[in-house]
Amino acid sequence: MTTKLKSFDASRYSIFIILALVFVGASFLSPNFLSVDNQLNVLRQVAVITILAYGAMTLIIGGMIDLSAGAVMAFAGVSSVMVYKDTQSLLLAVLVGIAVGVACNLVNAFLVATLHTPAFIVTLGMMLMARGAVLELTQGQNVLQLGDFVIIGQGTWGWAPVPALVLLLITAVIWYLMNQTRYGRGVYAVGGNEEAARAAGIAVAWVKYKAFVVNGVLVGIAGVIFMSRVNAGLPNAGVGYELQAITAPIIGGTSFSGGVGTTAGTLAGALIVGLLGNIMNLTGVGSYIQQIVMGLIIVTAVAYDVWSKRGRTRTTILRSGRRGEPAAAGADPGATADPPASGT
Amino acid sequence: MTGTLLSVEGVTKTFPGVRALDDVSFDVRPGTVHALCGENGAGKSTLMKVIDGIYQPDAGTVWVRGEQVRIKNPIDARARGIAMISQELNYVPDMTIAESFFLGRLPRRRGAVDWRYIRSEAKRILAEEGLSFPVNRRLRTLTVSEIQTLEILRAVYHSADVLIMDEPTSAIAYKEVESLFAKIRALRAQGKSIIYISHKMDEVFEIADDITVLRDGTVVSSQPASEITSAQAIAQMVGRDLDHQQYPKERIPLGPTAFKATGLSSRGMFEDVDIEVRAGEIVGLAGLIGAGRSEVVRAVFGLDRLDGGTVEVGGTPVHITSPRSAIRHGLALLPEDRRLVGIVPDMSIKKNATLASLPKVIHGGYAHAREEERLVGEFFAKMNVKAPSTETPIASLSGGNQQKVLLARWLIADPAVMLLDEPTRGIDVGAKLEIYKIMTDLARQGRAILMISSELPELIGMCDRIYVMSAGRVTAELTPDQYSQERILTYAMNDIEVA
Ligand SMILES: Nc1ncnc2c1ncn2[C@@H]1O[C@H](COP(=O)(O)OP(=O)(O)OP(=O)(O)O)[C@@H](O)[C@H]1O
Ligand SMILES: [Mg+2]
Repeated sequence: MTTKLKSFDASRYSIFIILALVFVGASFLSPNFLSVDNQLNVLRQVAVITILAYGAMTLIIGGMIDLSAGAVMAFAGVSSVMVYKDTQSLLLAVLVGIAVGVACNLVNAFLVATLHTPAFIVTLGMMLMARGAVLELTQGQNVLQLGDFVIIGQGTWGWAPVPALVLLLITAVIWYLMNQTRYGRGVYAVGGNEEAARAAGIAVAWVKYKAFVVNGVLVGIAGVIFMSRVNAGLPNAGVGYELQAITAPIIGGTSFSGGVGTTAGTLAGALIVGLLGNIMNLTGVGSYIQQIVMGLIIVTAVAYDVWSKRGRTRTTILRSGRRGEPAAAGADPGATADPPASGT
Repeated sequence: MTGTLLSVEGVTKTFPGVRALDDVSFDVRPGTVHALCGENGAGKSTLMKVIDGIYQPDAGTVWVRGEQVRIKNPIDARARGIAMISQELNYVPDMTIAESFFLGRLPRRRGAVDWRYIRSEAKRILAEEGLSFPVNRRLRTLTVSEIQTLEILRAVYHSADVLIMDEPTSAIAYKEVESLFAKIRALRAQGKSIIYISHKMDEVFEIADDITVLRDGTVVSSQPASEITSAQAIAQMVGRDLDHQQYPKERIPLGPTAFKATGLSSRGMFEDVDIEVRAGEIVGLAGLIGAGRSEVVRAVFGLDRLDGGTVEVGGTPVHITSPRSAIRHGLALLPEDRRLVGIVPDMSIKKNATLASLPKVIHGGYAHAREEERLVGEFFAKMNVKAPSTETPIASLSGGNQQKVLLARWLIADPAVMLLDEPTRGIDVGAKLEIYKIMTDLARQGRAILMISSELPELIGMCDRIYVMSAGRVTAELTPDQYSQERILTYAMNDIEVA
C-alpha cells in the first residue's frame, strides 16, 4: 500500500509562527511596543511596504521582478502631490498617482512581455528613469505644505488609521485576484512553467501585462500614502524600498523561481519586517545597524528559498522570456557563455 | 555479500503522505541486466534515486562491491561507478548537443574548456550511431525521442559499472531500441551491470537476466528472468489478473471530416504533409525518430511556426497563431515532452488538470472549488492516479501519474480534435488499457483523434487508419487490411519511392 501518513506540514505555517514569536519577543523587549499608539503607528508604517510587497509578490510568482518600485513610488507620489497643490482635488491627485504608477509599469510590461527583455534589466532601467523624472520634475526640491492631502496618510476613520484600512482593502483584493480569478491562475502558471502555460492556452503576454498593471496601481497608491504620511513630496523617497518589498514575499514563502507564493505569507513577511524595524527603533538601534539587519534578513530568506529547493532551482527572474531558437549552423559553442553547471 | 556488484537492503523512503519504498531489498549481479517492473508510482524511480544519491533513505543500506556505502549525491555515485539515465529527461534546453555530452565534466586543455575536442568527439559519437545532427544544435530544438537517444549515447560513452536506465525507451522504438540493446549487451559482456526500468514487457523479457517486481513500494518477487513469465510478472505488478483483451477497439461509424491539414510544411522539418481525420476516427502517425511527426502536431497546434499549408477544423479553414487559438478552434495537444511543455511543477494536480479549461471552473467572478474538485476527481479515480490528494503538487507524482494528469487536462477541456503525442509514454500496463478505453469512448462521442506512437502494436491495435512518415514526408496511408509491422517499418525507413 502507498500508505497515507498523517503529517503536519510545519513549513507551511512556519512563517506565521515566526511572526507570532517576533510579536511576543518584541513585547518583552520594549514596554511601549504593545501600546495602542505604537501598534497604530506600526500599521501606518507597514502599509506602504506591504502594498509594494503585494506588487512584488505578484511579479515574482509570475516569474518576473520589479526593481523600479521605489523610484516609481516616489515619481507617482510626488506627481500626485503636485497635482493636489495645483487643483486641491484629492480624487484627481490620487488618480494621477495611480496613473503614473501604471504608466511606468506599462512600459516595463511592453519591454518584458512583448519584446522579451529580462524584467531584471528592464526594471533596473525604469528605476533610473523614474528617479530621474521625479528629480527633474521637482528640480530636486521637496514639495512642502500639502494641506488636506495629509489625511490619506495621517488621518483616521473612527480609531483606525486610513493607511491600515487601505491596506486591508488591498489585501482582500490581492487575495481575490490571486485565488479566485483566471488571471491569478495564469500568473502562477506562467511563473511555474511559461511554456507549459502557453501550451495550455494561457495568454502569457496578457498575463504579464496585467501583473505589471496591478503592480503599477499598488506602487501608485503606496506613493500617495507615503507622501501624505510624511506631509511632503520627497523626490528622494523610497530608495531601497524595492528590496524591502521583495524581501517580504520571499520571507513569506514566495519562491524566487516563480510559481509559488501566497498573499497571507506576504502579509506575514511584511509584518515581520515592519515589526523588526519598529522594535529596533523603540530599543534605540541605530539606522546603520538596522540596514545591516535588513540585509541579513534578505540574504537569509533568499538562501533558504534556494536551499529548500535544491536540485530544481530555476531562477526565472534573471532569464528572458524568449523562446530559444535553433543555434545558427556553424556557431561556436565556445563563443557562448559557459553552460550552466548542473549535476545530472 | 559476495557475487553482487550492488545491493540494497531494507530501504525505506517516505514523502509527506506517501511511503514510496517500504523495506526494499534486491541484488544486482555483475555482468547482468536487472529489470525493475511495477505500476506507475510503485517506487521504481525513487529506488533508483536512492541508489544515485539524489534521495537519502529513511532506513536501510546500500552496498557497492561488498562495501556498505552512503551515497551522498549523484557525483558521489559516479565516483563509485554508478550512473543514471533519469526518467524525466533533465536536460538544459539551451545547451548544444556537444555540450550536453560532456555536461559536468567538460574536458579542459591548458585550463580552458577544450571545445574543439568536445565537438569532434560529439561528432564521432553521433556518426557512429548514424545520426547527422549538427553538434551545435540546441537541445530545445530536438524531439524527446532524439534527446532520449542522445542521453543513452552519453551514458554509454561515459560508461559506469552500474548503469541505471529509467525508462530509456519510453519515446523510442525499433532501430533505436535494437541499437540500445546491442550497447547493453556489449556493456554486459564487459562485466558491467545495467538496471533497466520499462513498462514494455517484451523489452524486459528480451534483455533482462533478473527481474524484480515492485508493488506499492515493496518487493513482490525477485528472480532470474527464466523463472517468471510475462503474465505472471504483470499479475504481480497489479496484484490481480489483468483481463487479456489488450486493445478495446470498436469500429465506429465515421462522421464528417473533423480535421484536415493540407500541404503543411516547415523548413527543415517536414514538407507537404496532408492529414485528414474524421469524427469518430482514430488515426495513427507512425515513423522513426526524426520523421517529423511531433513537429507536425506541434506546428498544427501553434506551438511552432508553420511555413505553409492550411488547416480545417470541422470543415472551416482556421488560422492558428498560438496554442490558445488552437484550443479555441477545438484542438488539443498532449505533448511529447511533459516536463518542458506539460506540467506546471509546483501547481497542484487539480490546478494542472484544469489549466486548459479555466472558464469551466472560474466564472461569474470566483473559482468554483466544488465544481473543480468534481471535474478532476472523476478522472483521478478513473485513471487510478496515485497521489495523496488532488491538492498534491504534480511534481511529486511518478512519471506515469503525471502523464495521466496531463491527459485529464485535455479530457476536461473536451476538444473536438485530440492530437496525442505518445499518449501512453511511461504508462503502466493496467493504465494503458484504461487510456485505450478512454480513446474509444472519445471516438464514440464523435471526437477525432490523431495519435503518434512509437509502439506499432498500439497503433495497429487502436487505429482506423495509419499515416507513415519518413524524413518529413508522408510516405504511406494504410488501412487496417494493409496493417503489418513490417510494412509500416518499410515505409518508415524508405523514402517516398515505395509509395
Ligand atoms: N519528491 C517526491 N515528493 C513526494 N512524493 C513523491 C516524490 N517522489 C516520488 N513520490 C511518490 O512516491 C511514489 C513512487 O514514485 P516513483 O516515481 O518512484 O514511481 P515509479 O515506480 O517510478 O512510477 P512510474 O512508472 O510512473 O515512473 C509515488 O506515489 C510518488 O507520488
Ligand atoms: Mg518512474
